[in-house]
Amino acid sequence: MCVVCGCANGGQGTTKLQDGPAVAANGDLHYGAGRAKVSVPGMSTERAIKLETDVLGANQRIATRNRHHFAAHSVHAYNLVSSPGSGKTTLLCATILALRARHPALPLAVIEGDQQTSHDADRIRATGAPAIQVNTGKGCHLDAQMVSDAFERLSLHADGHGPHRHHHDDHRDEVGALLFIENVGNLVCPAMWDLGERAKVAILSVTEGEDKPLKYPDMFAAAHLMVLNKIDLLPHLDFDVEKCIAYARRVNPGIEVVQLSARTGAGMEPWLQWLLQSEPAHA
Amino acid sequence: MHEMSLAGGILQVVEDAAARENFSRVKRLTLHAGALAGVELRALRFAIEAVAPGTCLEGAVLQIDEAPGQAWCMGCCATVPITSRTEDCPQCGGHRLQPTGGTELKVHELIVHED
Repeated sequence: MCVVCGCANGGQGTTKLQDGPAVAANGDLHYGAGRAKVSVPGMSTERAIKLETDVLGANQRIATRNRHHFAAHSVHAYNLVSSPGSGKTTLLCATILALRARHPALPLAVIEGDQQTSHDADRIRATGAPAIQVNTGKGCHLDAQMVSDAFERLSLHADGHGPHRHHHDDHRDEVGALLFIENVGNLVCPAMWDLGERAKVAILSVTEGEDKPLKYPDMFAAAHLMVLNKIDLLPHLDFDVEKCIAYARRVNPGIEVVQLSARTGAGMEPWLQWLLQSEPAHA
Repeated sequence: MHEMSLAGGILQVVEDAAARENFSRVKRLTLHAGALAGVELRALRFAIEAVAPGTCLEGAVLQIDEAPGQAWCMGCCATVPITSRTEDCPQCGGHRLQPTGGTELKVHELIVHED
């Protein structure tokens, strides 16, 4: 395409003289055919190209597509983020068992992100819920394409397709299914990658220290909910719950908090209610 | 180190531009990185230098302009400057701040060689 006037006959029909103007097929001369659209006599040929392109834009487009796809299948997707060892997988297993008991007809599935091994997906599958393991290799986070690829392999996706049945025009918001995306254990990198989830949930175990929200502010700023896990251990620790919540609200004034123990089941009820709420999580 | 993924994303943006705009060598790459974008600039520079060889970014000068952070202070009902998410409001000392600027990471501009 001609870069000056936008006409389509630029390409093959245009020849370029050395350091001179572009010559169109009809003999027209285009000076300053660079994208900066300026011609400076005597200067070597360089041009400036304004891009203003968001580096995460490609991921964002796929995440937006995932979000529409989840909505079309009435899937509520949650992105679970934490440091390694916060008890994400144990919490997920306990959550799946509790949801199974209360809502046996509600479809559930898990996408498990780790650098290596399928240990976590194996633990999820042992509860009876379908799980796809995504090994990122050297990668420190899941991205939207990985989640898109994994979702297409899940029965949650197939459930909505008899012949392919999407409700694209029907923005119903009741919970038709729950998808848990367990991100790679890492409180830094996953904060930047939108996966198309309804909300990020940051899980912090009380053995980690109450100042984690200040040490890793980007993650707690990106999360809608902070789950304080392993509260059964509080009697043995110096962890200051109120201080931790205050620190979290300092980096994210709107963050909600649930305190629970996946091991004893304490606090599970508000967590399940939060997951099943039909109102969209606030932005 | 997510800066490596970001460097890959930046290279993708530049290569897409190269295909569209018909150039093969970049002289200068300018990025806008917000102070609250969650990017470690030294690591990002290192990562871009690592991915550049053999691509149109080889030999390019990398300029990273850091945009200042801004937040809405709920106490002051005003926009205030901040340099990190853990900072207090410089006016009232309050903690209830919502970042509103300086969170972006963009490829701002390329200066390319006309081959």
